[in-house]
Amino acid sequence: MATLAPFKEAVDAVEEAGGEAFKLCYQCGLCTGICPWNTVRSFLVRRMMHEAQLGLIDFEGEDVWLCATCRACVERCPREVPIIDIMRALRRTVVGLGVGPIPDSLRLTMKNISALGNPLGEEREKRADWAQGLDVKSFTKDTELLYFPCCIPAYDPRGKKIARAMAGILKAAGVDFGILGAEENCCGESVRKSGDETLFEGLAQSNISIFDEKGVKKIVTSSPHCYNTFKNEYPELGANFEVIHYTQYLAELIRDGRLKFTKEINKRVTYHDPCYLGRHNGIYDEPREILESIPGLELVEMPNSRENSLCCGGGGGRIWMETKKGERFSDIRIEQAIGLGAEFLVTACPYCIINFEDSVLTADKSEIIQAKDISELVEQAI
Amino acid sequence: MNMDERRIGVYVCHCGTNISATVDIDAVTSYARSLDSVVVARDYRFMCSDPGQDLIKQDIKELGLNRVVVASCSPQMHEPTFRRVCEDAGLNRYLFQMANIREHCSWVTEDGKEATDKAKALINAAVRRVFYQEALEITEIPVNPNTLVVGGGIAGIQAALEIANSGNKVYLVEREPSIGGHMIQLDKTFPTLDCSACILTPKMSDVGSHPDIELMTYSEVEEVSGYVGNFKVRVRKKARYVDEEKCTSCGVCQEKCPWKAPSEFDAGIGERKAIYIPFPQAVPNIPVIDTETCVYFKTGKCRACEKFCEAEAIDFEQKDQYMELEVGNIIVATGYDVFDPSPITQYGYGRYDNVLTGIEFERMCNATGPTGGNIVLKDGSAPESIAIIHCVGSRDKHYHAYCSRVCCMYALKFAHLITEKTDAEVYQMYIDMRCFGKAYEEFYERITEEGVKFIRGKVSEVTDQAISEEEKGKLILVVEDTLLGSMVRVPADMVILSTAIEARSDAEQVVRLFSLSRSADGFFLERHPKLDPVATMTDGIQVVGCCQGPKDIPDTVAQASAGAARVLAMISKGKVELEGITAVVDEEQCSGCKTCIPLCPFNAISFDEEKKVSGINEALCKGCGTCVAACPSAAITQRHFTTEQIMAELEGVLV
Ligand SMILES: Cc1cc2nc3c(=O)[nH]c(=O)nc-3n(C[C@H](O)[C@H](O)[C@H](O)COP(=O)(O)OP(=O)(O)OC[C@H]3O[C@@H](n4cnc5c(N)ncnc54)[C@H](O)[C@@H]3O)c2cc1C
Ligand code: SF4
Ligand code: SF4
Ligand code: SF4
Ligand code: SF4
Repeated sequence: MATLAPFKEAVDAVEEAGGEAFKLCYQCGLCTGICPWNTVRSFLVRRMMHEAQLGLIDFEGEDVWLCATCRACVERCPREVPIIDIMRALRRTVVGLGVGPIPDSLRLTMKNISALGNPLGEEREKRADWAQGLDVKSFTKDTELLYFPCCIPAYDPRGKKIARAMAGILKAAGVDFGILGAEENCCGESVRKSGDETLFEGLAQSNISIFDEKGVKKIVTSSPHCYNTFKNEYPELGANFEVIHYTQYLAELIRDGRLKFTKEINKRVTYHDPCYLGRHNGIYDEPREILESIPGLELVEMPNSRENSLCCGGGGGRIWMETKKGERFSDIRIEQAIGLGAEFLVTACPYCIINFEDSVLTADKSEIIQAKDISELVEQAI
Repeated sequence: MNMDERRIGVYVCHCGTNISATVDIDAVTSYARSLDSVVVARDYRFMCSDPGQDLIKQDIKELGLNRVVVASCSPQMHEPTFRRVCEDAGLNRYLFQMANIREHCSWVTEDGKEATDKAKALINAAVRRVFYQEALEITEIPVNPNTLVVGGGIAGIQAALEIANSGNKVYLVEREPSIGGHMIQLDKTFPTLDCSACILTPKMSDVGSHPDIELMTYSEVEEVSGYVGNFKVRVRKKARYVDEEKCTSCGVCQEKCPWKAPSEFDAGIGERKAIYIPFPQAVPNIPVIDTETCVYFKTGKCRACEKFCEAEAIDFEQKDQYMELEVGNIIVATGYDVFDPSPITQYGYGRYDNVLTGIEFERMCNATGPTGGNIVLKDGSAPESIAIIHCVGSRDKHYHAYCSRVCCMYALKFAHLITEKTDAEVYQMYIDMRCFGKAYEEFYERITEEGVKFIRGKVSEVTDQAISEEEKGKLILVVEDTLLGSMVRVPADMVILSTAIEARSDAEQVVRLFSLSRSADGFFLERHPKLDPVATMTDGIQVVGCCQGPKDIPDTVAQASAGAARVLAMISKGKVELEGITAVVDEEQCSGCKTCIPLCPFNAISFDEEKKVSGINEALCKGCGTCVAACPSAAITQRHFTTEQIMAELEGVLV
């Protein structure tokens, strides 16, 4: 029998890092049952809360790094424990106090972001390369709208298609927009969730000052992660601009008649609610509204949709960490979509696209199903 | 002695060492002695004790004191004590003032000097204030000995019988066609497992035949006016379309009626006719016609019941009747609603056939229920395993943060009934077992012995998506067994949800009708959670049973009896005192703007059309001061809180 000897400094550090709400947990285990990890492996979220209460957290283990911050548990916890904040505080403690190891791939990503402003280790100067040949202008004081693509659409070969589609749509609708290219940094969402608060604050400050300097008033983002950070986290650091996710913006353009469809997409599609768009920000209807307005398209719902959406596995910095084969939620999601006879699994988040694309390829299912971003379908239909 | 001369006595209490350990009692007492108009200042270890009280009485008599200040604790507890002391010695209670030097001084700082300085300031304020205080008249009014009980569940039944058995008249108003409430729907009752109907129906028929109870079922209170001792109540007796005098309760009408609707009594799992007696033991045993279902009311054709009723009791022309009652006291016993679990979509209630609520299961278990007491699946087959999910809608901030207090126990009761009647395995998915009552823990032990399986964890999902052979065709409960520290999938044929008890959906209307308030959980608020659990802020109105908060039958009955005791005390005293602290309108000043009238929460203000000024009914006014603050002409004064008194008090603390 072990003596209960709490690691006091660690508990204090977790509390200080904003995770003191674990005290509210009454150990019902609902979070464990809801967490998608438990469909592929054991991950006792409840037990982590108890360990935090007693000061017995295993900072060296893998569990600290598992949470994909999908918010499924937070949504239903009967005591309204902000579980994600606690997971983030645990990671902050590891990063800040060095009480445990940081996964290698994550460490590398953070290094890239810190040095180059993007997680992929690409050159800063190439941040606007995705727009080559599209005649997209640089944002200036008189431009109405800033389009913020997110690092993946800016650099990743698959991701670029999303950014290019967005630029095409905005031009077609006659929107006055620009981009910042090399001057912008990663939004820092995954950095913060990975526990590196200092790096996050640096990124946020530098983005906020460039936005201020350029006179940015309104931003449209491709990624729900950038959207969430700009909208819910930057204001504490002094940001003052309007943020809107592209699905909200496009739905508005369609409603106002500024965006008209001329082509049919005769496909059966299903929509995957990204966690950061749906559960984190309550945006469920606009993406469906857009899809339903595309001529010829048939929208079917998966069993876990809207509030009950199954996470793709990419949030909370997980997109930069290795997930073992057989443990990827995106594999399950692809199966669900195929089960419905969908030809496209449509979503509205670059992380989801990367994960789904990966699952389709490894399962060798690209003949049957493709992962698409809503912007790509819209561009195709206008 | 000059009547206008102020002769003030100040009494400083040590409260054992509660005050004296921090406040310098000697300094404070001699300071008090030095104040204007103070004739005597004394200190004592416990002012509230008999010798302490005697000190004051003696001084009033011997020194001719005409104002008294006690510097001690919070007035909450002892203001009534010292007011009575003054009265005993012949001094009007409103010539007394209290300074709180415990909660406001000695208990809030360890700094003796600060505490002493503040105590002096508070005493100075009290002395200056009491200087201007006036004797106020305490009026007494007779109490009407009749009582209104609203709601005929076990709480209302118990209260009505207790009062009526003393020979006083009770009007019992019940909304439904029969009394009985939720208890009559239950099969057995924990922890004794007596048959619920067997213990309740004798009480129900006592109510029905009691010479001093006037039972009004299918009725609702529409309007309440007046005040403690003298309420006026308007009751609407809804048309039953059956003449109660003529009906012989033969039941032929409901046999012959061709139209059906889900039975409220059977919690929707059985059916009843358009004309129906809700259940065999109903009191009164008289049917009602549900006009929503009756085809005659829709198309003008049918009247089958009328043809077969030999007593000629069916009366399609019957109208709602209104009755005016006069009562001295009111007991509100409107009970609870059962939480509707459909919003928790993950549990599949309404989506899967064999997911039931607790109250539905009670009806299924009961011999008079739709399955004749057999525990069966929707398709009629016998279940091999049944799982009971606790805390559905309780202890969950998304629904109700409170514990419903009976669900663990009724879940155990269900487990027993299942084991008794079937061969099914029983699982209980619980978070904490709360078996706190007399003989409850013993009941828990007994059920454990019967082989029920306990899984500690909150079920995250009930699904029909099987992933193995054993799960095929079953409902599967997904849950972390927190004691094992691992996820488990439990296949079951039937799932029972231990649904929460919640405030009635129309609680807000009842609150407005009876001038009650609600606590954060939605239930009616009692005057004090420990020391006054049945009274409300409105004198003469008591709340008993589950309308005040979730509770089991023993607690409901105890509370109902307590409510009855309150009422009987009032009746036997025969009169009530009305506080002298009321507002008065200065007719010279009042501009007749009527601003105050809608603001008074007790409807105490009316407009004198002749004089064109507002007037306040002192019997209704609670002295809340709302109108005083609102009057744009400063025409309203509140006795005992005059501007002069308040300013003097303020000056007292500030100098
Ligand atoms: C599934 C289940 C099983 C239970 N099993 C047990 C058990 O085994 N043992 C035990 O001790 N407890 C048990 N309980 C608790 C028990 O039901 C309550 O303690 C008890 O019924 C409370 O009685 P009540 O009179 O306060 O409320 P109710 O039974 O709700 O009665 C209130 C009455 O007031 C009437 N009414 C409501 N509003 C108005 C209005 N505005 N005007 C006029 N009339 C109105 C209603 O029609 C009703 O007749 C169980 C509860 C549930 C949900
Ligand atoms: S759901 Fe909430 S209360 Fe329940 S174990 Fe998880 S954190 Fe604790
Ligand atoms: S946020 Fe999602 S991944 Fe993280 S613990 Fe909760 S359910 Fe699991
Ligand atoms: S009584 Fe039991 S089941 Fe009901 S809310 Fe309380 S703990 Fe949950
Ligand atoms: S003091 Fe309050 S209760 Fe009295 S009349 Fe004015 S508003 Fe009404």
